[in-house]
Amino acid sequence: MYAFDYVRPQTLKEAAAALRKSDQARFLAGGQSLVQALRLRLARPPLLIDLRAIDELNGIRVANNVVSIGAMTRHADVAAAKEVQRAIPALARVAAGIGDRQVRNQGTLGGSLANADPAADYPAAVLGLGATIVTSKREIPADKFFLGLFETALKPGEIIVRVDFPQPLRAGYAKFRHPASRFALVGVFVCDTTSGVRVAVTGAGPCAFRVKRMEKVLAKAFTPQAIEKIVLPAEGLNSDIHAAADYRAHLVTVMAQRAVTAAAKL
Amino acid sequence: MSASVLGQSVRRKEDYRFLTGAGTYTDDVSVPGQLYAYFLRSPHAHARIRSIDTQAARAAPGVAAVFVGADLAGQVNGLPCGWLITGLDGQPMKEPPHPPLAQGKVRYVGDALAMVVAASLDQAKDAAESIAVDYEVLPAVVDPAQACAPGAPLVHDEVPANTCYVWGLGDKAAVDAAFAQAGHVTTLAFVNNRLIPNAIEPRAALAQYSRGDDSYTLHVTSQNPHVERLLMTAFVLNLPEHKVRVIAPDVGGGFGSKIFLYPEETVLTWAARQVNRPIKWTAERSESFLADAHGRDHVTRAELALTKDGKFLALRVHTTAAMGAYLSTFASCIPTILYATLLAGQYSTPRIYCEVTAVFTHTAPVDAYRGAGRPEATYVVERLVETAARELKIDPAEIRRRNFITQFPYQTPVALCYDTGNYPATLNEALRLADVAGFESRRKEAESRGKLRGIGYSAYIEACGLAPSNVAGSLGARAGLFEAAEVRVHPTGKVTVFTGSHSHGQGHETTFAQVVAERLGSSVEDVDVVHGDTGRIVFGMGTYGSRSLAVGGTAIVRAVDKVIAKGKKIAAHLLEAAEGDIEFAGGKFTVAGTDRELPFAQVALSAYVPHNYPLDKLEPGLDETAFYDPTNFTFPAGCHICEVEIDRATGETRIVNFTAVDDFGKVVNPMIVEGQVHGGLAQGIGQALLEACVYDRETGQLVTGSLMDYALPRSDDLPSFRVATQETPCTHNPLGVKGCGEAGAIGAPAAVMNAITDALWPLGIRDLPMPATPQTVWRALQSAPKPRGTRA
Amino acid sequence: MTTPLVLTVNGQAVSVEVHPRTLLVELLRDTLRLTGTHIGCDTGQCGACTVQLDGRAVKSCTVLALQAQASEVTTIEGIATAGGELHPMQAAFKEYHALQCGFCTPGMVISALDLLKHNANPSEADVRQGLDGNLCRCTGYHNIVKAVLAAAAAMRP
Repeated sequence: MYAFDYVRPQTLKEAAAALRKSDQARFLAGGQSLVQALRLRLARPPLLIDLRAIDELNGIRVANNVVSIGAMTRHADVAAAKEVQRAIPALARVAAGIGDRQVRNQGTLGGSLANADPAADYPAAVLGLGATIVTSKREIPADKFFLGLFETALKPGEIIVRVDFPQPLRAGYAKFRHPASRFALVGVFVCDTTSGVRVAVTGAGPCAFRVKRMEKVLAKAFTPQAIEKIVLPAEGLNSDIHAAADYRAHLVTVMAQRAVTAAAKL
Repeated sequence: MSASVLGQSVRRKEDYRFLTGAGTYTDDVSVPGQLYAYFLRSPHAHARIRSIDTQAARAAPGVAAVFVGADLAGQVNGLPCGWLITGLDGQPMKEPPHPPLAQGKVRYVGDALAMVVAASLDQAKDAAESIAVDYEVLPAVVDPAQACAPGAPLVHDEVPANTCYVWGLGDKAAVDAAFAQAGHVTTLAFVNNRLIPNAIEPRAALAQYSRGDDSYTLHVTSQNPHVERLLMTAFVLNLPEHKVRVIAPDVGGGFGSKIFLYPEETVLTWAARQVNRPIKWTAERSESFLADAHGRDHVTRAELALTKDGKFLALRVHTTAAMGAYLSTFASCIPTILYATLLAGQYSTPRIYCEVTAVFTHTAPVDAYRGAGRPEATYVVERLVETAARELKIDPAEIRRRNFITQFPYQTPVALCYDTGNYPATLNEALRLADVAGFESRRKEAESRGKLRGIGYSAYIEACGLAPSNVAGSLGARAGLFEAAEVRVHPTGKVTVFTGSHSHGQGHETTFAQVVAERLGSSVEDVDVVHGDTGRIVFGMGTYGSRSLAVGGTAIVRAVDKVIAKGKKIAAHLLEAAEGDIEFAGGKFTVAGTDRELPFAQVALSAYVPHNYPLDKLEPGLDETAFYDPTNFTFPAGCHICEVEIDRATGETRIVNFTAVDDFGKVVNPMIVEGQVHGGLAQGIGQALLEACVYDRETGQLVTGSLMDYALPRSDDLPSFRVATQETPCTHNPLGVKGCGEAGAIGAPAAVMNAITDALWPLGIRDLPMPATPQTVWRALQSAPKPRGTRA
Repeated sequence: MTTPLVLTVNGQAVSVEVHPRTLLVELLRDTLRLTGTHIGCDTGQCGACTVQLDGRAVKSCTVLALQAQASEVTTIEGIATAGGELHPMQAAFKEYHALQCGFCTPGMVISALDLLKHNANPSEADVRQGLDGNLCRCTGYHNIVKAVLAAAAAMRP
């Protein structure tokens, strides 16, 4: 690791003040990606601002059919939260399947979203559920949040405070794990709401994206058979030794079908 | 007399320290004043080093020294290869120099070219970043199949066509003649995928130099510290062997990768004197990927000639085997002596010819990895046999039965002489345990769930317990292959065993204690086993090739027998009887036919308090050493049966049943033996389904350079195993044992691939490359000749 | 350059000065000489470094020491009783031969305890899935799974 300074502010205000001292500073949430990047000397921030002590970033609340989850809430806590399991069981399932138990015990919702790893699970859920990312400055709809590879709509100094998830009629998630990293090779979140169906994919592109063609068909018939023949063009999809783009395109269809089946069961 | 402790699942003596965090692995050892080393490694697969500028690094904070290849020249020799292979042309193999720090050229990504020594690891890394290397990047070849092609970039200028040797075994003309008259020929061409061993403990070393007595102490993650010391002192550093103590403390897994003498500990030892401070180096996992010796990496074409009713007539094999950029310690003997000699398998195939071309590539060195040559041989034989059975529509168990060797000793056409075996026994027990009779109904049930279910066999043989030194020497070994042991009986009758074998997970502290306790009639608790320290143990060849119990254990038995023989002399004196009348059993010396007896501990005490003792004829003390050189290999064999289900939609293969029935001869500790099988199976299944080392063909970059890309088996990738043993005792060692450490890794890959190809056979798919990843299987399904094919 | 760090490790108060770039595992191994926690990789994949941080299993190679400020850390050295008697999970590992080289074992034991905390009565599949954050290269996991199931039975009230 390169050397850096470290602060642990108690409030969002203090965090913002710390950032003003160093525009190359990085926020530290659970650190499950950032600390590894630091170890491998892939990142060289002069200052880390640890958000763990900021109370307003914690907690889970359900009101008016909206599940609000604080940015620093750990995956394991989302997975175990009875109110999440009741309101949006698919979201609890997503959280329960992220990484491994050690990652879930330390990694956070806000950290995952701000990092925007192309193979992370949460982006599919956030996009699929049409959630709203509430930051220290504004509210960002999920559809406007993920911009590209490790790229989000967050501006410098903007901190995710919480994410508001509207309760769907039903939702499901299916993923095919990368055999080595155990990230999503392809993960698909399918969500049925009063205003339509949303299908969000992670692992297959530079960032999470929706499949409108599937959404239209599923809105008419919410069955796995309905989307059997809908296969994304391989062009532009991620490609590596474990899955070339055409295989990923195929897996998007299979996982979407399985997500629909899961949603029907939940 | 109590029940025999042999054959009992005695719980391990070593577990308490491991379970409480009290083990001592190399990186756990720290000494005052130690510095930290960091190796700067080549980012290129092949490049000329125009210049290295270390000026800034030398001046960086905390830096004690920076060494490059030129600093070592004239003081540190190249690393040696321990086995000389002589080619078909009668010429010795090509042995280009292997400098511990690159000189002039780098030849693989990860080739070390500088070592920075600093007060902290971070400082060493910080400084290494300021080393400026001017590389002239050159084209590279990483695929062994391309290495000898005309115009392929040369790894070493002095080695034409990158060819280390072309070697052959068997009667080529007789084999060719048999093929010409065969009723059927089965042909397969495949790659035995390159693997990265990945013991969970990364390699590490701590080198100390003592100016006071001009001596060195090296803690290192080694499977054979004495060999490490011998090679390092006699061949590389020209140090007096007795001035170097090598300690391999608790070692966190080896699987072959810690047999070898590596550049890092060699440079570290040399540099400890230069800087007159202890220096520690611990590999990070990414370094393990780059710079541990890899395994396998064969490209093979194999043909089996048979009669129409499935009788094997001849086997013809051509393999190109990668050596990597330099010859690692035992690299040359793996695809020859430990490969071609095993191609008879369990069968009486009368004629076999194998030709091996060993090639240099711009990759990390390739050497022994669990099984070392024998998994590759088993894969050749068992994939061919199963494919032939399918082609001839003969039951795969039946075709094996028709060809099993049943008369022993059996001289194979590829040099080995099997002393004993019972192959129908392991096959039959495996068929029963795997419930092969019920497979068809399981297959149909799986089909109703949309899954393709297949079953595959692998009837492997291995040669373990390497082997008579004189035979090995005639085959090119540059070292002996015996083992040494000392049994020290203390005055109270408690025992310390000093063994030249090394335990890095095998449980020697328990198994060896059982062997000694059984023979001395004492308890396992009263026997401690010391290993891994050249300062305490007379000599050792270390642990690899499943040799520890068969060879190291026999050396211990011989030493114990010497103790008992001397004890009889002492007892005869004390009991005033003739030595010939003294019997030893159940921990007591007895005058035959009388009730006059002495417990072992009392005889031991007499040896150390020799007041009433035949001092005119016998030295005091009770401490015996034995060296044991085996008269033959041992030949463990068995049958593995794998059952898989393939998800048509994703191509994912799940192993739903795996049965292994092995014949290891006598089993001393069944619990430990089963554990060895489990671990071997996991690595064999890993090779078949998950693991593949991939270098980029254009750039020579290691694509699978971390655990993010190289898939190791995890708990949810594997099933629980059905494991059983059959017992045909080895005929030529006193314990009747054969060796069990590699069997799983040897048998499993072919069993898994035979199961997968069984599931896909009705679709017209005849072969698949390892690893059969979901993508690989899916692609095969996409282009299957008969996509809707079903079983007739 | 250093920052004060106060925490509890295996029940004992610890007060040290650390560089911010110190990992929790480095604090444990190098400063506190608790070498039972091992480092097996540099990408957070192997789980050998797993410790309890405020009662949760985390990879101590993926946590900065300063992130453990005011926290309670338990390492493998703190799992047996003060008198050295093995915890039922450790005892099960020994009884079922769930360890060979021992290098992954401390992390595996800590993860297995975390698993049982959330699921006191797991199935074999639950255990296999629940240990997917820990690599073992020796055992093929067969006996680890058996040991965890046995420990679960032993630990149920």
